[in-house]
Amino acid sequence: MAGHSNYVPQSAAAKWLESRLPVISLVRGSFVDFPTPKNLNYWWTFGGILFFVLIAQILTGVVLAMHYTASAASAFNSVEHIMRDVNFGWLLRYLHSNGASMFFIAVYIHIFRGLYYGSYKAPREISWILGVIIFLLMMATAFMGYVLPWGQMSFWGATVITNLFSALPLVGEAVVTWLWGGFAVDNPTLNRFYSLHYLLPFMIFGVVLLHVWAFHTTGNNNPTGVQPKSKQDTIPFHPYYTIKDLFAIVVFMILFAWFVFYTPNYLGHADNYIRANPLVTPSHIVPEWYFLPFYAILRAVPDKLGGVVLMFGAIAVLFILPWLDTSKVRSGAYRPLFKQFFWIFAANCVVLGYLGAMPAEGWYVVFSQICTAYYFAHFLVILPLLGFLERPTPLPASISESVLKGGGSGTPVGAAAAPETK
Amino acid sequence: MANTDQADPNRRDFLYIATGAMGVVGAGAVVWPFIDQMNPDASALALASVEVDVSAIEEGQSISVQWRGKPVFIRYRTAAEIEEANAVSLDELPDPLARNANLPSDAPATDENRGAEGAEQWLIQVGVCTHFGCVPIGDAGEYNGWFCPCHGSHYDTAGRIRKGPAPENLLIPPFEFVEETMIKIG
Repeated sequence: MAGHSNYVPQSAAAKWLESRLPVISLVRGSFVDFPTPKNLNYWWTFGGILFFVLIAQILTGVVLAMHYTASAASAFNSVEHIMRDVNFGWLLRYLHSNGASMFFIAVYIHIFRGLYYGSYKAPREISWILGVIIFLLMMATAFMGYVLPWGQMSFWGATVITNLFSALPLVGEAVVTWLWGGFAVDNPTLNRFYSLHYLLPFMIFGVVLLHVWAFHTTGNNNPTGVQPKSKQDTIPFHPYYTIKDLFAIVVFMILFAWFVFYTPNYLGHADNYIRANPLVTPSHIVPEWYFLPFYAILRAVPDKLGGVVLMFGAIAVLFILPWLDTSKVRSGAYRPLFKQFFWIFAANCVVLGYLGAMPAEGWYVVFSQICTAYYFAHFLVILPLLGFLERPTPLPASISESVLKGGGSGTPVGAAAAPETK
Repeated sequence: MANTDQADPNRRDFLYIATGAMGVVGAGAVVWPFIDQMNPDASALALASVEVDVSAIEEGQSISVQWRGKPVFIRYRTAAEIEEANAVSLDELPDPLARNANLPSDAPATDENRGAEGAEQWLIQVGVCTHFGCVPIGDAGEYNGWFCPCHGSHYDTAGRIRKGPAPENLLIPPFEFVEETMIKIG
């Protein structure tokens, strides 16, 4: 990353520091002088938005931890104490709880952007895999954070999710008892979840740095999927993308603030304002919205172990995606068939989310099974075959050509070259 | 290897392997306390048994008590419920085992093996769905027993899984009648 900087320290202090720890040239090479494709559209701003949300979550989380107590006896009350007594406690908690949803909105857009423009393909496989690891860490963090208020949904969500591991043959029961620190979800479970909920965001931060390091080594992907060929194809990250990302962050904050100030509980469940009761399960338990598609896959299978395997498989398949997609063309903009299947896949994920929120009975189960089958077919059948069956439209000779002749990121006009020569 | 005049495996290879093996054992010994600290502690294990007075329960009523943090259903079953459970042949049961901690693990899931010994009307079971651990609702479901609201498992009047994703019958905890109307669970 530092290699992209032409920075030469001028002042005596900067020279002194640079010769001992080249941190100035590292930052400049990564976030100031870094050559970035000049055609990145607004879908590319979600990386910056995600970084903003991560920092916001860590800041609000650290201050909430100053008022929260992780004990089955007092956790629920301490959250109400934050809401009613702590100065601006209501704001900090609503920022943090809605921030989790904003994080997932942004990450899903970010993932689907990567899927559409082929950002997972060579040479960016490591960036993609690190991204899937971040996604897993986010899910673990969000799940454990949701347990902390110790409401009914917290308790029963924790019970159902930890019980997923009881499906493991032979060691299942022992693993679940180990996770709980007892014979049911109880005080020891709450304490360890709190500890890990505080730890994982910093691990996410570490993996984010690796993620950025990886795609700064390969260079950003871009809407054409064509690698920059000359200096005309790139512009420095600062000021062009710092200001574009900042603008997108501000727009995103409007959505965030709308939830926080106008409908702060819309994305939550009323049952979580009832204190956890180990003797009564709420009549309809559903996870937070961002887990619903995976929950639908879990319930689609009538077999306990099978459901768990498919649910984890739905994420595991993302790890091998770079090797499942056989097409040599990166960007979906030049893949007429892929483009259609991409949108069917996206719609299928939304339908799975809807089915995850519905009771597991009757036609809902049948549709869940169909959508689950399609989810896996997309990765395991459609993507491998499309590379052979599809005839891509011609790629532009360069990013500059696509920008100047094509008018933006759409299909370029007059691009004559064949894709295999790129 | 630099030392070629010795036969393989030579003394240095042995030292490498022995040192490495000791290192692995040492690392394991250090890691184990970090893993085992998450297992149930002494205070959780101490809550091993509870005693319950069942004299106030009328026929057709049930109560829930807490044992090891989990609900335990104690039901005084009606004659009709016992009859209904007895009328089911074992072939119809998804889980043919009694799952009764007081009996051998291969005992079949007859109603006799599910109810309390010598007092078949008493059905004492851990109120935790064997699917993902929710608490089933009593007097409900297609088999007049229990119904789990989370993922739709139906249990019959003997607490046996009949329909839905749960793999096993509701667990019967270790218990005994210490007096005629006093049950000790655990």
